[in-house]
Amino acid sequence: MTWKQVFTSSVGQKLTMGLSGIFLILFLIVHAGLNACIWAMDGGVMFNRAAHFMGDNVVPRVLEIGLFVFILLHIIQGLMLEASNRSKRGTPYAVSYGNRGSKWYSRSMGLLGTIILLFLVVHMVHFWIPSRFTGVAETTLPNGVEVHDLFSLMMATFQENIGVVILYVIGCISLAYHLAHGFQSAFRTMGVHNKRYVAMLKAIGYGFSVIVPLAFAMMPISMYFGWVK
Amino acid sequence: MEHYNMNLTLKVWRQENSDKKGKFETYKVNGISSEMSFLEMFDVLNEQLIHEGKDAIAFDHDCREGICGACSMYINGKPHGPWELNTTCQLHMRAFKDGDTIVVEPWRAKAFPVIKDLVTDRSSFDRIIQSGGYISVNTGNAVDANSLPIKKDHADAAFAAAACIGCGACVAACKNSSAMLFVSAKVSHLALLPQGEPEKESRVLNMIAQMDKEGFGGCTNTGACEATCPKGISLSNIARLNKEYTLASLISE
Repeated sequence: MTWKQVFTSSVGQKLTMGLSGIFLILFLIVHAGLNACIWAMDGGVMFNRAAHFMGDNVVPRVLEIGLFVFILLHIIQGLMLEASNRSKRGTPYAVSYGNRGSKWYSRSMGLLGTIILLFLVVHMVHFWIPSRFTGVAETTLPNGVEVHDLFSLMMATFQENIGVVILYVIGCISLAYHLAHGFQSAFRTMGVHNKRYVAMLKAIGYGFSVIVPLAFAMMPISMYFGWVK
Repeated sequence: MEHYNMNLTLKVWRQENSDKKGKFETYKVNGISSEMSFLEMFDVLNEQLIHEGKDAIAFDHDCREGICGACSMYINGKPHGPWELNTTCQLHMRAFKDGDTIVVEPWRAKAFPVIKDLVTDRSSFDRIIQSGGYISVNTGNAVDANSLPIKKDHADAAFAAAACIGCGACVAACKNSSAMLFVSAKVSHLALLPQGEPEKESRVLNMIAQMDKEGFGGCTNTGACEATCPKGISLSNIARLNKEYTLASLISE
C-alpha cells in the first residue's frame, strides 16, 4: 500500500481533515492568547511586543509556514470532500431526512468552513498583509525597540466601522459551530471510540467552541465600544 | 391498542428501470387496518393495481420479521419509516392516522441504482463483504467451547456489531451516501474476536478500498446513520474502523 493510496482513501482524507484541524485548533489557542494582550490596558504596549515577537522570532516564523500548509490542506481537502460527498446521491429525496440524529452544523461543515474562509481573506487583508508587505506605522516600545503599531491598526479597524465588527462576529459564530462538530469529529476520525474519552472530548470540544470564538468576538466588540484603552 | 381502519393517500416512486427517469404516482388505499404491516398495506395496494390491470409496485422483501435486511423503503423522509430500531416490514399501520399522506421513495445513492420502483441494487454491499468481511479457517471438527477465551465485553460488542443486517438504511440516511456504518459494523464484528485477528489488517484495507470503488461518499461523523439503523449499530464502530484502518495503513508494506 502506497502513501498515496492511504491519503486518497476516504478514511485517509478524513485523517487529513482531522489532523490538520487539530493543528488549526492549537493555532487558535496561541492566536487567542496573544491577542488577549489587548486587554492589558497599557495602550497596546504588551500586545505590540507580543506581535513583534511573533513576527520577528524564528520559531513562530517557521511554525507559520506549517500553519499555511495545514490551512491550505484543510481548505482544499475540505472543498474537494464536500464536492465529492455531494455528488454521491444522484436523484435527491423528495422528503429530506432532516435533523434526526444529526445536528445541522455537523451537516453544514462545508458551508461554515466557506464562511470562515471568506472571513479569513478579509482578516488577512486587514492585518496580515499590512504587517508583512504594505507596511504599518511604527511605534517605540518603552525598552526602545521599534515595532509595528498593530494595536493602533486594530483600534482604527474596529472603532470606525460597525460593519467590520459585525463581519468579525459572524466569522466567530461560524467558527464556533464549525468547532462544535469539528473538534470531536477529529478525534473520532483518529479512532477514539472509548466511551469515557469520547464523553470527555465532547465536553472539551463544546467548551472550546464556545470559549475561544467568544474571546475572539470580544476583541472587535470591546474595541468598538471603547472598553480597550 | 384500539383497532381502527384508515384511508390513505400514497405517493410512491415509480421507475421502470435504472436507465429511465422515475416519478411519483399518487394512489388511494382504503380500509387499511391498523394491525397490518406496512408491506401488507403495499400488498393490498398491489392487488388493487393488478385488478385495475396496472403494473404492481416492485419492492424488496423477504423474511418480513425484521432480520433479513431485504426491505428498504424511505418513508416520509426516513429509511424504514417513523419508528426507531425498526425495519419497514415491522412497521405497522398504527404508526399512521386516517387521512395521512405517505411519501415512499427508494434508497437514493449512486452506489444503489434503482432496478425498478422501490427496488435498488445493493450488490455493492456484497462486493464489500467479499473483499474482506470473512475469516479463513480450515474446516474440521468443531473446537471445544471456551478453547478460545474471549473477553465478555469484546464478545458483546462484536455481537452488537454483527446484528447489522446490511439493509443500507445508513447509506440512505447519510447526507454523503456513505457506507461507513455498514463497513464499520462488519470490520468491528471480526476485529474484536480472536478468529478475526489473522486477517485484521488486510480486511480493513480491502473493505475500505472496495467501499471507495463502489462510489459511496465519505463519513463526516454526523450520526444520521446511527439514528436510523434498525439494528442500533453504534457510531463508535466507525471510530473503531478509523483506528483499525489507520494502524493497518501505517504498518502495511
